[in-house]
Amino acid sequence: MTAILSFSYLVSGICFIMALRGLSSPETAKSGNMFGMCGMALAIVTTLFLLPNIIPEISYNLIIAGVVIGGSIGAIIAQRIQMTALPQLVAAFHSLVGLAAVFVAIAAFLSPEAYGIGAAGAIHGGSLVEMGLGLAIGAITFTGSIIAFGKLQGLISGKPVSFPLQHPLNALLGIAIVGLIIALVFQQSVAIIIALTAVSLLLGILLIIPIGGADMPVVISMLNSYSGWAACGIGFTLQNPLLIITGALVGASGAILSYIMCKGMNRSIFNVILGGFGAEAGGAGATASAADRPVKSGSAEDAAFILKNASSVIIVPGYGMAVAQAQHALREMCDLLKKEGVTVRYAIHPVAGRMPGHMNVLLAEANVPYDEVFELDEINRDFGMSDVAFVIGANDVTNPAAKTDPKSPIFGMPILDVEKAKTVLFIKRSMASGYAGVENELFYRANTMMLFGDAKKMCEMIVKSISGGH
Amino acid sequence: MEASNFFITGLTVFVLACFVGYYVVWRVTPALHSPLMAVTNAVSSVIIVGALIAAGPAVINTSTILGFLAVVLASINIFGGFIVTRRMLQMYKKKEKKA
Repeated sequence: MTAILSFSYLVSGICFIMALRGLSSPETAKSGNMFGMCGMALAIVTTLFLLPNIIPEISYNLIIAGVVIGGSIGAIIAQRIQMTALPQLVAAFHSLVGLAAVFVAIAAFLSPEAYGIGAAGAIHGGSLVEMGLGLAIGAITFTGSIIAFGKLQGLISGKPVSFPLQHPLNALLGIAIVGLIIALVFQQSVAIIIALTAVSLLLGILLIIPIGGADMPVVISMLNSYSGWAACGIGFTLQNPLLIITGALVGASGAILSYIMCKGMNRSIFNVILGGFGAEAGGAGATASAADRPVKSGSAEDAAFILKNASSVIIVPGYGMAVAQAQHALREMCDLLKKEGVTVRYAIHPVAGRMPGHMNVLLAEANVPYDEVFELDEINRDFGMSDVAFVIGANDVTNPAAKTDPKSPIFGMPILDVEKAKTVLFIKRSMASGYAGVENELFYRANTMMLFGDAKKMCEMIVKSISGGH
Repeated sequence: MEASNFFITGLTVFVLACFVGYYVVWRVTPALHSPLMAVTNAVSSVIIVGALIAAGPAVINTSTILGFLAVVLASINIFGGFIVTRRMLQMYKKKEKKA
């Protein structure tokens, strides 16, 4: 019987690998997702089928109720959610994995016989360590993701919050977690489990609260990774290879995404985790110099004229596009330009938006074909050959100071070379500096025209102006 | 299987899975990083197999209730995660070829 279970877990594991493998191209991604669903269904059905062998007196009532309640909530949320709210949704989902890991770990602690890891009060030492780790990581993932959700949803200030003794306190809590796990091996008491859970929950809050809004791509990837490691810890506790495989896949995936995001900002992962970046935003010097420098600003009609007469345009979207929900208006504008014979392409910076690949999803939602959308490395050289760079809702990722000013906080960050285009059109609501609190040199260049206004309204006005010109 | 034996087996599986994950994820195109997060989130809810064992016993006690709650949470994630991934992937379209 266990052979059947092991075999179907192996097949599930392979399905999950295929699900990730499918994402190497948009063409194979949908079938990959099907593999994922099949793997999950197989794992659940086999476990249910063999449950009577593990549990002597079984009742399926709670299980069925749980799947029906959870499944319908999940399905409804997933179908109704707006694509712009995706980062929040992913953060919320991560928190649920974390909490589920906490519950399973405590359940395993209370009735270890069901999992074959010893008797209550006499659980094997190794299992206790694994259980403690799974519990702690799960709890950190839970509260950390809740905070990330709050910041993305705007419930909590997106600004980095720093408080005195932040790092020593976090270190102390980390040591306390290790100490409590060791204590658990020697004394299997519920009190220690509760203390461990409480300390981990607190650490999760304190770890994420100092990290600012624009660092969210890293935070979400990191929490993604944590939820994987939590599943791994539970997998070791329950001696379940499928959980270990899946946890490792997810953990590795999140870790790689965090690495890519950090590289996109030229910052180390420690720098991001320790937080506080951009806390001293908008220093006095920056605001003073902004006042007395001339800025060329234009109207939607000017922009329409320049765009229509260009032969190639590169669009640079950023988080501002998501906030203004401007992707549909933008696509409409680009469709008109294409009709005029203009080549339109999109350039995406790795950290544009609030989660990895955020801009790609929004553009796909607005029916922009994915073969018109390019990554930084693919398109950066082409700005020099383009007539117009159209920056919509992005700022820091275009700032030339990252290349020229060693004192700038964003120095060394790879940026999109928009300033090399003949004309830069820059949609912005005001002259305020970007997230990093750095003034953007680009605004004062001779070839830059600022378009002040809401991104969506500006695109709509440009559309009107282009189509009205006939 | 004895606990110490499983640890070695588990560790082997773990290390190999990390390697597989590493190579597979590096091949994911950056355009699909958002669906990647959504789908990894859905599959990590395979933790539900642990929850099922906890929620199974006919006698209701703290551990079956925790198991039930874990089943609910994991199910939200499984259904929500796969459906939202599907929704995202359906939006990715190629340029229509002009005749």
